[in-house]
Amino acid sequence: MQFFREIKLNGSVYAMFVPVAVLLFLFSYMPMAGVIIAFKDFDFTKGIFGSEWANPIWNNFDYLLTSSQALRAIRNTILLNLLFIAVGLVFEVGLALLLHEIRSKAFKRTAQSITFLPFFISWIVVGVFLYNLLQYDHGAFNELLKWLGADKIDFYNSPGWWPLILVLIMRWKFTGYGTILYLAGLVSIDSSYYEAAAIDGASRWKQIRYISLPMLKPTMIILTLLAIGRILNADFGMFYALVGDAPMLFATTDVVDTFVYRSLRETGDISMASASGFLQSIVAFLLVLGSNAVARKVDRDSALF
Amino acid sequence: MASKKMDVTQACLLAIVSILCILCIIPFLMVISGSLSTEKDIVDYGYTLIPKHLTLLSYKVLLLGSGRILDAYGVTVLVTAIGTVLALLVNSMGAYVLTRKALKYRNILSVYALITLLFNGGMVPWYFVCVNYLHLQDSLLALILPALGNAFNMYLVRNYMLSVPEEIYESAKMDGAGDLKYFFRFMLPLSKPVLATVGLFTALAYWNDWFIALMLVNKQELQPLQLILRTIVSNIEFVKNSGNAMDIQRLTAQLPSEGIKMAATVITIGPIVFLYPFVQKYFVKGIMIGAVKG
Repeated sequence: MQFFREIKLNGSVYAMFVPVAVLLFLFSYMPMAGVIIAFKDFDFTKGIFGSEWANPIWNNFDYLLTSSQALRAIRNTILLNLLFIAVGLVFEVGLALLLHEIRSKAFKRTAQSITFLPFFISWIVVGVFLYNLLQYDHGAFNELLKWLGADKIDFYNSPGWWPLILVLIMRWKFTGYGTILYLAGLVSIDSSYYEAAAIDGASRWKQIRYISLPMLKPTMIILTLLAIGRILNADFGMFYALVGDAPMLFATTDVVDTFVYRSLRETGDISMASASGFLQSIVAFLLVLGSNAVARKVDRDSALF
Repeated sequence: MASKKMDVTQACLLAIVSILCILCIIPFLMVISGSLSTEKDIVDYGYTLIPKHLTLLSYKVLLLGSGRILDAYGVTVLVTAIGTVLALLVNSMGAYVLTRKALKYRNILSVYALITLLFNGGMVPWYFVCVNYLHLQDSLLALILPALGNAFNMYLVRNYMLSVPEEIYESAKMDGAGDLKYFFRFMLPLSKPVLATVGLFTALAYWNDWFIALMLVNKQELQPLQLILRTIVSNIEFVKNSGNAMDIQRLTAQLPSEGIKMAATVITIGPIVFLYPFVQKYFVKGIMIGAVKG
């Protein structure tokens, strides 16, 4: 009864929420229900809900967790993401501190604009840039090696190089963007802290260590938590555009998302693909909850919720 | 003495940051240079920062040889424009509802949206929902709809709208304006900064998207720019075999396949780089608004 009274009273306002609610329902909630595919023996003609249940019901997971390809993808995803998170934190906080120490406003602004630029282009374009650099015959980097008298490196056939390449590319694209939040944090620090510290004889370095870094801690914790929650998810666009279908590189570059994509669109192993997807969602959820709980213990204000 | 030391520090800082900046733009310069170089120079000397012999041949071949790059431009511009306007409307209306404190079910709606940020079904169920249940395939709608509703952007707008003083609402109410009228007449104009930010985020996402197209669009004439670029990059034959055969054949003998890849890349990023100086400050502001917790 109460419900109807509220609708009668404020119906026109609620109506404004309908479009976004419908869109979220169709493209977020319906796929969430669709995760049951992971427990089914998927049959194209019968659809998600009509397909038979797998027998036993965890069969797809059994298959997934004994497949060497899937395990390799899971391992690569986690290791690469850990690398991305750690290096990312250092680069972003580092650049923010560097920029913050620079006195020339104009230089600071220009530098920020330039480092932010790579954020604007798509992974496909980044893929072209990378190819430009690393291509064997006339990539700029190999030309440089040749000029230096060193041997060229066939990057597109050497999986060993790719964790390093991917980390560098990731930083190239996102450092400027990631720095913004830290810079905002630094700008908002009351300058009297620094003045007081300077009077007490603290060097620039000590000021960074005892004022700047502690003030940035909450931002660092939140962003790291978010990243940890997504540790089983890779940036599909990045891997697809930079590495593409290059099986010679899969040893270090095949991640869960590219594995799922291949299973879905190429090899047609739908149940396997959705089992991996389901695993990603569950792990992400548990990790977000878990790391949030840890953050609450350490520093209440830094927790996400 | 002290100031002398400080200047050395400053000089070092400027040097380090300058080097980082140069590293950021070098790839852009190399692609532009590559697109203007002759094929022979690329083969002989590799990619360089400054073209040895300037030529527009790559651009000519690309634009003459393939109407498809122009089609793709059309698709991308259309999808970006329609998508951005609709997304702004839909998400800001939703955001507005979340700011009306008098609503009893406001928190339920907020949680409804929040859940979509925390969980997702993943690629496979998403694909089947789009294809089997919504029949979104090979249409402009398929390129626009899936990315339209966005809880994150909605929260960004809501956070901003919360800062608009309640008194304006009260007085509009007194003058007999309903919520819809208040929203369009007062709230939207007052929210311009955040709408600019979210609009730019959305436009950028639509312009750079190719994942949705990769999944849902098979028809060639509906493929957006980024996907065409990928095809060109991975398969230069595409250019040779399509479009105006007479013109192409004349040029094929000296077809600058590396140059064409670079030219296509430049064409794809062109508008973004031109827009960049104007929109960059909005982005920075917008990300900071987004940083506000809640």
